[in-house]
Amino acid sequence: MPTKSYDGVDVSVDEQGFFTDPSQWREPMASEIAAEEGVGELTDRHWQVIKFMRHEYEEKGSGPSVRALGKTSGVSIKELYQLFPKGPAKLAAKIAGIPKPRGCI
Amino acid sequence: MKKRIVVLGGGTGGTLVANRLRRALDASVDIVVVDRDDRHVYQPGLLFVPFGAAAAADLVRSRSRQLRAGIEFRRAGIERVELDEDRVVLDDGDPLGYDALIVASGASLRPDETEGLSEALAGRGAHSFYTLEGSAALSAALAGFDGGRLVVNVVDMPIKCPVAPIEFSFLADWYFRQRGIRKQVTIVFATPLDGAFTKQVCNRELSGLLEGKGIEVVTEFNTGEVDGPGRRLVSYDGREIPFDLAVVVPLHGGASYVDRSEGLGSEFGFVPADEATLQSRARPNVFVVGDAADIPVSKAGSVAHFEGDIVARNVCSFLAGQPLAARFDGHTNCFIESGHGKALLIDYNYEIEPVPGRYPSRVGLPLLRESRLNHMGKLAFQQLYWHGLLPGLDIPGIGTDMPHAGKHLEVLSGAG
Ligand SMILES: Cc1cc2nc3c(=O)[nH]c(=O)nc-3n(C[C@H](O)[C@H](O)[C@H](O)COP(=O)(O)OP(=O)(O)OC[C@H]3O[C@@H](n4cnc5c(N)ncnc54)[C@H](O)[C@@H]3O)c2cc1C
Repeated sequence: MPTKSYDGVDVSVDEQGFFTDPSQWREPMASEIAAEEGVGELTDRHWQVIKFMRHEYEEKGSGPSVRALGKTSGVSIKELYQLFPKGPAKLAAKIAGIPKPRGCI
Repeated sequence: MKKRIVVLGGGTGGTLVANRLRRALDASVDIVVVDRDDRHVYQPGLLFVPFGAAAAADLVRSRSRQLRAGIEFRRAGIERVELDEDRVVLDDGDPLGYDALIVASGASLRPDETEGLSEALAGRGAHSFYTLEGSAALSAALAGFDGGRLVVNVVDMPIKCPVAPIEFSFLADWYFRQRGIRKQVTIVFATPLDGAFTKQVCNRELSGLLEGKGIEVVTEFNTGEVDGPGRRLVSYDGREIPFDLAVVVPLHGGASYVDRSEGLGSEFGFVPADEATLQSRARPNVFVVGDAADIPVSKAGSVAHFEGDIVARNVCSFLAGQPLAARFDGHTNCFIESGHGKALLIDYNYEIEPVPGRYPSRVGLPLLRESRLNHMGKLAFQQLYWHGLLPGLDIPGIGTDMPHAGKHLEVLSGAG
């Protein structure tokens, strides 16, 4: 299992860099992960999504899809793509320190 | 005291559960099936209509005639469910009380959630084969298509029969070959997923077939807009796919009454349930079968069939005050039509993804491999549907639980 170091702490991640143990995540890690992923400075809007991701993960055991984010996070799908250009559901999950969203079957 | 079971929806799942329950229960229990119309469509046939391989009118039968004697068919629109009152409000006024409720109202298409799509579908700037009318109109459009870019697009998951758009691409390839104009046609399959299919071993097989047939695959394409007049799809991240003929599978949601029923559904109108017992999370006396369920399983008729066995047994246990003993393992079984009179078969469950081998045992249909036998299986499914699935019969050799014998499960250890 690969590990990475954020905010001076070693955390376990999968091959694609998603946290495998969300309890290892701390807020200061978010900006480091965001920088790695080419997402610039985290704004309040970014944080609204990141916090929502963690909340959903705790409630449901999996991060929401883009469509679910657009319906329930208070941020439209268009804006989500502005905030996390290369795929909001995956990028926000990675930055929020939760496993890769399962996606649908 | 007489008890009443109300089944919401008289499609695949609702019909087969009602028939199973009618056989299992005596006259002290009333069973009422509610649907807004009396036209039961054999949906798997919609795939063949565009290519002239099935006639739309042959796919439709009366809903009420698929129900056993002793089941009441109530033709009405469902307005909402009032969970606290144990009753359903219908659009013709009278509320219908229940002791047990079975949600079997399937999935609905939601083209209006994608910019430009409703207009494009109405103006025939884009097509869809997910409705009877749509697949018939597409048949005319394909017949008049002499060359250019055919783009097949899935807006987002979940959709009914997730392999159907891939099958459509395979059949389009074969159709244009038969017409001798394949070289003049570019076929593009644009999907929001990062591969053709979500499960790895199957994805490899299908990707290989798509490539072999010269079908271009665009992955992680999240359609933000369908521009009918401009003939292009635009993704949220600004990519564009130009088309001459677009075949779009719209977003799916649950039946719209679910949104009007407080506490019943998810943000998409699907109904969360225990994935093993199929009892809803909303109330113990509410169960879910088929496409309406918010559980991690494909939306397919075969799934509704396997679930139907579980739901019927658990509803009987519930009414008798006994624990719910029947458990669904996620069993899914799909034929994947690949053109040239061949098809693949996949068989899987919550735990085990599709692998090669044979079904239902070491002697049987080949899994995850093209064969004529599977194509015949796909065609035979239509008769099995009306005469086996809908009557709620157990089909010999095809058990509710996924069989392990015959499967090359060892490939999974290397799948990673
Ligand atoms: C193009 C296509 C190809 C497919 N191919 C296959 C295949 O090869 N194999 C396979 O296994 N499956 C296939 N499927 C999927 C299969 O048809 C569905 O999974 C199955 O029909 C689901 O059954 P259901 O009972 O959940 O929903 P449905 O059969 O859709 O029934 C839902 C019912 O609820 C009723 N309803 C909804 N809302 C209301 C309301 N407010 N008031 C009154 N009534 C209401 C509707 O009228 C409908 O009759 C395919 C589907 C499509 C679209």
